[in-house]
Amino acid sequence: MQPDTTTPGPAPGAGPAAADVIHDIGYRHYDGPRLGRGYARRSLYSQSLRGAYGFGRSAKSKVMPMILFGVMCLPAVIIVAVAIFTKQNELPVEYTAYAVNLQMVIALYVAAQAPVSVSRDLRFKTVPLYFSRPIDRIDYVTAKFGALATALFALTAVPVLILYVGALLAKLDFTEQTKGFAQGIVSVAVLSLLLAAIGLVIAALTPRRGFGIAAIIAVMFIPYTAVSAVQAIAYDQQNPDAVPWIGLFSPTTLNDTISAAFLGGTPSVPGQVDPSKGVGAIAVLVTVALIAGCIALLLRRYRKAGL
Amino acid sequence: MTVIATESLSKRFPRVTALDRLTVGIEPGVTGLVGANGAGKSTLIKILLGLSPATEGTATVLGLDVSRDGSAIRERVGYMPEHDCLPPDVSATEFVVHMARMSGLPPTAARERTADTLRHVGLYEERYRPIGGYSTGMKQRVKLAQALVHDPQLVFLDEPTNGLDPVGRDDMLGLIRRIYSDFGISVFVTSHLLGELERTSDHIVVIDGGKLLRSSSTSDFTGATTTLAVEVTDTDATPDGTGALRKALSEAGLSLQADGHVLYVEAAGDQADDTYDTVRDAVAELGLGLVRMEQRRHRIAEVFSDHDQQQGGSDAA
Repeated sequence: MQPDTTTPGPAPGAGPAAADVIHDIGYRHYDGPRLGRGYARRSLYSQSLRGAYGFGRSAKSKVMPMILFGVMCLPAVIIVAVAIFTKQNELPVEYTAYAVNLQMVIALYVAAQAPVSVSRDLRFKTVPLYFSRPIDRIDYVTAKFGALATALFALTAVPVLILYVGALLAKLDFTEQTKGFAQGIVSVAVLSLLLAAIGLVIAALTPRRGFGIAAIIAVMFIPYTAVSAVQAIAYDQQNPDAVPWIGLFSPTTLNDTISAAFLGGTPSVPGQVDPSKGVGAIAVLVTVALIAGCIALLLRRYRKAGL
Repeated sequence: MTVIATESLSKRFPRVTALDRLTVGIEPGVTGLVGANGAGKSTLIKILLGLSPATEGTATVLGLDVSRDGSAIRERVGYMPEHDCLPPDVSATEFVVHMARMSGLPPTAARERTADTLRHVGLYEERYRPIGGYSTGMKQRVKLAQALVHDPQLVFLDEPTNGLDPVGRDDMLGLIRRIYSDFGISVFVTSHLLGELERTSDHIVVIDGGKLLRSSSTSDFTGATTTLAVEVTDTDATPDGTGALRKALSEAGLSLQADGHVLYVEAAGDQADDTYDTVRDAVAELGLGLVRMEQRRHRIAEVFSDHDQQQGGSDAA
């Protein structure tokens, strides 16, 4: 047979061609797109967000987040039903106060889901597998933080939305309700960012999920209980000006102060002492500093967890 | 093309020097990195993945600078850690798909590549079951699959045979060999067991205390020596066959050493070929049975023992 000179490429049996033949039979190389760091970060974000509600995981892991989500929404549904049937001219609860009133449920959610997000990767030492890929610790931390904050936002904003829809169905004043709704959404957004940051730092300190849960519950409740008690004492001793300042020392009262100062809320503190704009501004600064500090701690935590 | 190149690469921690001016160039193929625990193997991999800055010196992986292009390097290489790294409550398929996406593969490609890769490493029906129920050998395969799923040009395997039984070890070594021969992916594999790397690697780099001891092809390490190993049987006429042969060969002017029943005969220089004849004739004359006459091969372990002897010598001096 004449050598076919029109066929491009090396003759059969030549080094590279022979190697290619072997690859075709068994192993296939991937020559499609590689979407890089941004895509990997978004994938981690969506996987973590789904995981925060148990999607893509076992049926058992959906139970807790779903129950808490239901518990969070149920009072809103009841409030709306009552408002519609008794023809109230305003909702019995403010948009900004709803999350504060149900803070126990939110704290339980953070305690249950923050460890799911980060403790598993630490306990099973999966973290090095992430960091041997295009993403680095900033991507990992922002994806995990973003996912938990979004999950918390869904938990806290949906009931606010239910209240708003209910208020409109009850034919309450549209402008007033829309303003209140917007303020409520901003308030829960800030709360979600703050609680996600705090929850993740505590969860990332321990690979043991149980410790993480206990520690988060402690951090959510002990400062709140202490702050509330001190606020009550301050108010009783004719010192109402001190009340908003004391509120700077627990995450939920911090958020309450911001809502009351800037978002038209009534403070859920003894005597309903209205904070001045100055205290409100400081509360904003403290919140920003706490979130930034928690993220810095998380980045520090993962510097060593590399390989 | 050089896959990995380091130039007087050093890594110093406050108390220890993990790498000490390491200069080495690695070609495509299977390269074994040998060193005792704490010799600096893991530190080197960390630097090559662009995760830990070197104190001094430079390194490139696939032509990319580790200090600047870490992310680009990590997109093109795979890494299998030494320790456990698998969550027990998800299936191998789910886990590897997730890791493929973390490497930048679009969702559909991630799923296809995962199915292919798990099949190539030898996981079939069990890939849908949670990893928690897998044997050590199966877990090692999943770890390997996550390092290969994005079709890297180079994989770093850190002690891949750790914790495996002899059969699992053989399977894993065969698989490592196939990663290069069948998949065309270069392999950089570490081990503290020399024998394993002798069998799988084309090229071997030996480090000790962060210093380069030797870097050469496996055939150089295990290549033929000038020593001839001879073993004979005893007969009724000569009850001590080995002793008799030893005497005869010494008288013939050959230099030799005895080690139990094996005689090591030097076959160097111009008379190298004659040595074979001399041994054959001596054995025939004594009427002994010749069990073995072969060129002795080096073993990688000798690199260490030679080094230790030198160290011992210099310490004594």
